[in-house]
Parts: sequence; C-alpha cells; structure tokens
Amino acid sequence: MSDATDTGPVLAADGTPLKRSLARALRAQKMRALALIAPLLIFVLLTFIAPIADMLFRSVENQIVSETLPKTVVALKDWDAKTGEAPPEAVYAALAADLQVAVAAKEHTKVGIRLNYQKTGVSSLFRKSGRQVKKWDLAADAPFKEKFLDVDEDWADVELWQIIQTYSSKYTSGYFLNSVDMELGPDGIRPVDENLAIYNLLFKRTIFMSLAIMGSCVLLGYPIAFLLANLPLRTSNLLMILVLLPFWTSLLVRTSAWKVLLQQQGVINDILVWIGLVADNDRLVMINNQFGTIVAMTHILLPFMILPLYSVMKTIPPTYVRAAKSLGATNWTAFWRVYFPQSVPGIGAGCILVFILAIGYYITPELVGGTDGTFISNRIAYHISRSGNWGLGAALGTILLAAVLILYWVYDKIVGIDNVSLG
Amino acid sequence: MELPPYATTGQRIWFYAFRVICGLILFFLIAPIMVVIPLSFNAENFFTFTPEMLALKAEGYSLKHYRDFLSNPDWQQALRNSVQIAPVATILSVTLGTLAAIGLSQPHVPFRRAIMAILISPMIVPLIISAAGMYFFYSRLGLQGTYLGVVLAHAVLGIPFVIITVTATLVGFDKSLTRAAANMGADPVTTFFRVQMPLILPGVISGGLFAFITSFDEVVVVLFVGSAGQKTLPWQMFTGLREQISPTILAVATILVVISIALLTTVEVLRRRSEKLRGMSPG
Repeated sequence: MSDATDTGPVLAADGTPLKRSLARALRAQKMRALALIAPLLIFVLLTFIAPIADMLFRSVENQIVSETLPKTVVALKDWDAKTGEAPPEAVYAALAADLQVAVAAKEHTKVGIRLNYQKTGVSSLFRKSGRQVKKWDLAADAPFKEKFLDVDEDWADVELWQIIQTYSSKYTSGYFLNSVDMELGPDGIRPVDENLAIYNLLFKRTIFMSLAIMGSCVLLGYPIAFLLANLPLRTSNLLMILVLLPFWTSLLVRTSAWKVLLQQQGVINDILVWIGLVADNDRLVMINNQFGTIVAMTHILLPFMILPLYSVMKTIPPTYVRAAKSLGATNWTAFWRVYFPQSVPGIGAGCILVFILAIGYYITPELVGGTDGTFISNRIAYHISRSGNWGLGAALGTILLAAVLILYWVYDKIVGIDNVSLG
Repeated sequence: MELPPYATTGQRIWFYAFRVICGLILFFLIAPIMVVIPLSFNAENFFTFTPEMLALKAEGYSLKHYRDFLSNPDWQQALRNSVQIAPVATILSVTLGTLAAIGLSQPHVPFRRAIMAILISPMIVPLIISAAGMYFFYSRLGLQGTYLGVVLAHAVLGIPFVIITVTATLVGFDKSLTRAAANMGADPVTTFFRVQMPLILPGVISGGLFAFITSFDEVVVVLFVGSAGQKTLPWQMFTGLREQISPTILAVATILVVISIALLTTVEVLRRRSEKLRGMSPG
C-alpha cells in the first residue's frame, strides 16, 4: 500500500514500472524476512550443523598414517603383500626416517594407537620401537631391517605391513566396515573375528528393544488416549495433568525413581516379599538388564505416544460410532471397524516418534541397562569418552543419524514436522 | 462415555474393567514420580520405606538429605552451575528464536522448508550424536570444557522449542494490527515492542520455559562438552546414580519435581491465556 502512495502517479500511467516496483517490494519483504532469520540460522549452522558435519567427516578421515609415515607409505606402494615376504630394506629405512621425525614430535604413539584398532599390540610395538629408533644414526646405521627385527620380531610380520598399507590412504571406509563387524583385509572386505563382532548384535538389540518399547507404549497409551478423548472436557483436562507431569519431570528424576523402585532392596521387591509372592532370599532381579530398560523407557516415552494419539482421537466424530451401533454393530465391531481405523494415523505418528526417541537414547540405558540392556548410543559414548577410537564412534553415530533422519522423513510425510505439538 | 441404562452385564463388566485398566496405567505413569517424594524424607540411608515410615512415626522421617544437599559443596557447585548456565542459554535462544520466528511467519520467505528443517534439527538429532559432534568440533575451537561452550550448546538445543511455540502463536496473530500501528506513524521497533510483543508474549514465555527446562535438565551434551568445572545438577545426579547412589539424589529429585509442577502450571496458564487472546482477535 505504501508503495502505491510513494510512486503513485507514475505507476498509474503505465504498467511496467508498477510490476517492477511490486517486484522490488517483494524482494524487500524477502530480504527483511531473511535478515530476521539470518542471525539464528548462522548461530545454528555454526554451533550445531558444523559439529555434525565434523563428525560425519571424522567417520571417514584417516590422515594420521599418511601424515606421520609419509616416506614409508610411498616406499610400501610397490610391495605386494601376497608374496608372503616382509618388505625390502628400503621400506625399513623409510620407516626409520619417518619414526625419527615422529618421535621428535611425539606423534608416533598416535599412529600406534590408530593402528592398534586394527591389530592389538601395534600400539606397544610403536612405543617400544620409538625409544630405540631415537638413538639410531640414519646415515651410518644401515641396514635397518635387522635393527627393527632386533627391537621386535613383529616387524617381520606380513600382516602388520598389510595393515599399514591398507590404512595409508587419506580416507577410509574402515570405520564403517568396523561398525558392521567387517574389516579391510589385504584381499578386500572380510568379517572380523567372531569374538570381536559386537556391533551387529548391538544394532539388532537397539532395534528390538526400541520396538518392544514402542509396542508397550501403544498398548498402554491407546486406552489412556481413548479415555481422555471421550471423557467430558473438565475431567479429561484433570487427567491430562497426570500425563503431562511425567512429561515435564526431569529425565533423571524419572530414571532415579525407577532405579529406586526396581532395586533388589527396592520398593517393588519389598512389596512382593510382604505380599508373599517372592521369598526374601529370592528377590527378583529387575534392574541392570533388558527388563529394567524397557520398563523405565516405556514410562519415560509414554507421554510421547499419548499426546499424538489424543490429538487424532479428538478429531474423530463420536457420531460415526453411534451410527454404527444404531445399524446393529456390537460395541466391539463398532470400535474395531469404525473407530480404530480412524485412529491409525495417531498410532503411526506416536509409534514413529517413540521409536525415533528410543533408538537414540543414552541416559536411561546407561543407568538401568547393565550390560545386556545397553543401546548403540552407549557404545558411541564409550568410544568417544573412553576408548578414544573417535573414528569408530563417529561412524556408528553416522549410521544412527541416517536411520533417524530417514524415520523423520517418513514422520514428516505422515504428520508434518510443523504439526509437532508440545503438550 | 456413559453407561447406558440398557447395558448388559458383560458391557457393565467391560465398562468398569476398562476404567480400572486406565486407572492402573495412570498409576504407572504417576506413581514412580510420587514415590520419590516421601522417600526423600527417609531418616535412614535406605531407598525403601522403613517400618517407622510405614507406621507414620515422626522418627522415621527427617530432612537430613535436604540438609546434605544444602551443605555438600559438590551439590552446591552443581546447583550454582545449573543456575548460571540455564538462564543465559534461555535468553540466547529466546532472543534469536523469536526474531527468526517472526521472520519465518512473513508471507514470502525463500527456502522456508529448508530453513525450518535446519532450525528444528537440534530436536531431531539424537542427543548422543549432537554431543559427539559438539565434542569433536568444540575441542578444535578450544570451547570444549568452557562455560561459553556449554551455554552455546544448550542454547542451540533450546531453539527448536522456541521456534515451534512462537510460530504457533504467530499463526493467530492479526497482521492488520501492525499495519494499523505503522499507519499511525509508529516505526517498526515501536510497533514490535508496543503492539506485537505484548500479544505474542505468552508464546514467547512458554517457548522460553521449554528452552529453560531443556537446558536445566540436559545431561548428555554437558557430559561431553563440559568439564568438571561445568558440572550441573543433572550431571551430579547422573554420576551419583552411576557410582554410589546416595539418598541425597532423592531430595534433589523432589526439588526438581516441585520445579516441574510450577513450570507446568505456568505453561498451562499461559496457553489458556494465549488461546483466549487469539479468540478475541478477529480472523
């Protein structure tokens, strides 16, 4: 409107300037909107998206070997692992030169730790050899092959050299292969030793337990949502508080409550002993296992099932069920054939939401999961904070992230992210 | 849902059985939280009801776990950190989030869906992945283990909640009001603070409360991005639960439950108020 008054008489005379000035106004409007959004967008990109991208990058990055042992990597190029013989003297000489530089910069232990993920013992081998190589004279002390073998017999190990050769490229799919219990061998991809294979089991367990939690959330959430949607508003608002209070209570409060309840000396066991269902010396083990995790997480995620179900059920007109009944349907038929199909979108939305939240959960499995109730996220945390194998942690995280994003895409198709309601 | 007078016995049984089932499920939802409250007044260091407590004798109850919370330097440090981190993170996410929500609710926003997806993503990505990414990235920048790092991380986690609540409030906002203000000579800043802000304030405040509780309850990200100097209340609870579980945790839990009840009440009151305001505005 203001544009019309600004340029009014000129625009009225011919059409094109009007079009142009309208376009300019629209552009100004777009720029204003973007200017309002820009600070936040930059903030989120820098503090959140960049870290995620960094993690994705770390899952394939492998520069440490080629940066710390540059000459060895070049020298190893011509060596063929299939001959079954240790590499020639030139490679050992290059290694001695590389290691001297690396020891001075204190980098050799890092390479050792990196290669140790592929073969145990490499870390100590590098540390041990580093101490010796430091004293050698590169010009006078040749040949180095014998000297290395004197330090440790393992330097003649063909497998060790194969690993250095395989992991000498700047980027590797090694971490991703490790996270599905595979590894890069000299002849390509092969499964890892059976006693080291844990990730497939862990992924399967994460999915199985998330499904179990999702299922129990549907079973417990559906009746409550039905009740809330069909009671008079005053009563249902009151009962809604009982659903929203857990939703608002700190996650750690709820987890500690379950820890207190499920312990062997806890409230539930005490009650069972008091009733006489369980003998005092034979108390149930309900915590630090899968059962404890499923119970506690069902309790924690139940509101996320009830709320979407409730909002869908609220829109189902009660007249349909009444019509079905007046046409002769029994209560069950009216519910199953008329009411239930209309509530399916709510079930879908609730299930995806609960499943997404469940597969990424960390705190509750960590505290009540014990050893057989842990999720893939606990393993990610372990690799980042304790084992130091960041690449593997990042690869596991990338797989989890991909799974969650696919599920969210589905959720967005069904419900729309804009329609997420917050109680 | 009322029982018709002509209901058969089977229908009657099912009607009451259904109510009992629902009662049990609601009990399952609420009982664990409620059980913590009386247990926190336990005079012994047990996690169950002692015979004295069940007999309702005064000597079975005490405030010693609360005293421990108030005198223990670890807990006091954690409380101080929580109180220092959460409000700053909230202010950051509310300021940036409200501005962006107003921008997003304009009629012509290029790449609206993509921008929305980016801004909502901190809520979608599992916390452990956000924590891992931030740990790697912030340590490169030297922000890992600093107060600023934790505040930035918590602020970005709170942003989706601010965006969602404020955009929802803005849907019901009558644009002709700002136009009328502009028409009467108010500049954009005056229009915003005198006309638009008072009307969307309930949404902004409840978004802020969501952001606050997100930061105040957050433990995964602070475990990775923070160091011992940024130990918050949830962190202290987490280590307490993992290592040696002390009943002081129950006292802290009770205090947190009271805080959540207060926040829940505030949000509900604000929601009703904003619905009322929306009902009054035409269109």
